[in-house]
Amino acid sequence: MNGAAAGVSGVGAVAWTADEMMAVEASRRLRNGDVCFVGIGLPSLAANLARRTHAPECVLVYESGTIGAKPTMLPLSIGDGELAETADAVVSVPEMFAYWLQGGRIDVGFLGAAQIDRHGNLNSTVIGDYQTPKVRLPGGGGAPEIASSVSDVFVMLRQSPRAFVERLDFKTSSGERVRVVVTDLGILEPRGGELTLVSVHPGSTVDDARAATGWDLKVAPDVQETESPRPAELEALRALGTKGRE
Amino acid sequence: MAEIVSLSEAVRELVADEHTVALEGFTHLIPHAAGHELIRQGRRDLTVIRMTPDVVYDQLIGMGCVRKLVFSWGGNPGVGSLHRLRDAVENGWPAPLELEEHSHAGMAAAYAAGASNLPFGLLRGYADTDLPARTRVGFVTCPFTGEQLAAVPAHRPDVGIIHAQQADRHGNVQLWGITGVQKETVLASKRAIVTVEEIVDELEPRPGAVVLPSWVIDAVACVPGGAHPSYAHGYYERDNDFYVAWEPISRDRDVFTAWIREHVLEAVSV
Repeated sequence: MNGAAAGVSGVGAVAWTADEMMAVEASRRLRNGDVCFVGIGLPSLAANLARRTHAPECVLVYESGTIGAKPTMLPLSIGDGELAETADAVVSVPEMFAYWLQGGRIDVGFLGAAQIDRHGNLNSTVIGDYQTPKVRLPGGGGAPEIASSVSDVFVMLRQSPRAFVERLDFKTSSGERVRVVVTDLGILEPRGGELTLVSVHPGSTVDDARAATGWDLKVAPDVQETESPRPAELEALRALGTKGRE
Repeated sequence: MAEIVSLSEAVRELVADEHTVALEGFTHLIPHAAGHELIRQGRRDLTVIRMTPDVVYDQLIGMGCVRKLVFSWGGNPGVGSLHRLRDAVENGWPAPLELEEHSHAGMAAAYAAGASNLPFGLLRGYADTDLPARTRVGFVTCPFTGEQLAAVPAHRPDVGIIHAQQADRHGNVQLWGITGVQKETVLASKRAIVTVEEIVDELEPRPGAVVLPSWVIDAVACVPGGAHPSYAHGYYERDNDFYVAWEPISRDRDVFTAWIREHVLEAVSV
């Protein structure tokens, strides 16, 4: 957890961080039985939290080939041994991408990125020019085909003008199937073909979200306040820890 | 038939400068010791293929062994950047690095195509992204439906290198746990080197294992711990602390060079 303390609400409630709010909100959007393609970090946290709260039948698929992994601690990498030990099936990487992802077996795919535009297109390749980059990022990995093969893409990304940009430096994946963007300030959903602020987290305002967006952010007329993390959610989340990061 | 030899002999005999080499292992069973041997023997101008370059390619790149990298995700998993890779791309240190980048799905298809002796791998991918303008990917039309599909050139490494748990005395190899893309890597490569945790009298069948017969492998070397800081299922766990510790080592050219000198160049070949 590296987010600063973000909020407290209600009598006897505990303080929570921005990262915790993000993980909790993404987790709430997973339905019981959803098959999720999960990356490391916040997505892994969100999906594992869902399994421990409202969606125990949620199936976690890690691109290393583990299908139905049930880790007791959060893994540091997508290929940690515990994922294989607790999985329903372990398949090869070519099989994972061909039969399972391209085969249309995955409902939800989580993606993060360095940049996002108003259409949900993502950049995880370079900042600056491709040939002479200012920052060479890790690259697409599974993202290009996750974005085009799963039914629903969930994006988790901290909101800032550097990340929420008018124009991507590189388009690593398509925004066509992005259904929600969970940020540290609120929640964006596509409405009328453009990401629109539909909720702000407790302690944040619509103006905060606007100021952290590099384009003229559309705000839903019925913009809500996100429900704070419940004590039970926080307890389950904190019990997960992360292997090797304590 | 695979010969059971030392790792230094396997690398000396099979890997030459300017070769295309693939060291595979998806988080699990990454052949780090073999990468170190390439550094010790001073190989130059390699084209290296790997889905997730990881710390082992950060080291090869930082030591100037690599001319071109073919990859799909070049980070330190769960930690951040590979700084030697970034320094090579962003600043040309210690040498400029040519990149050919794909998606994971594209890399997997390219290995499977190589193993199948096909000229390209086929997938529904790369669509609606900036990748096709920057990498070797084409599009073909399905003769039955008219659908446009992506074609990635097959990987055909000169040498494929993997790490496995066990070999028997004939050089038959078995690996299990997360098996990644290693079977395809060996079968796509002209020559193959396998390092193993141990050599046993008889391979005991394991659920979900990949078994590679001796006659598709050229050299087997017994290198216990040869995947560290990656892991070998059933032998030792992933050294997550090492991956975290690599961040400050790789961030600084001098610290990196000193680390390689102490832990690789001055280490004894096996």
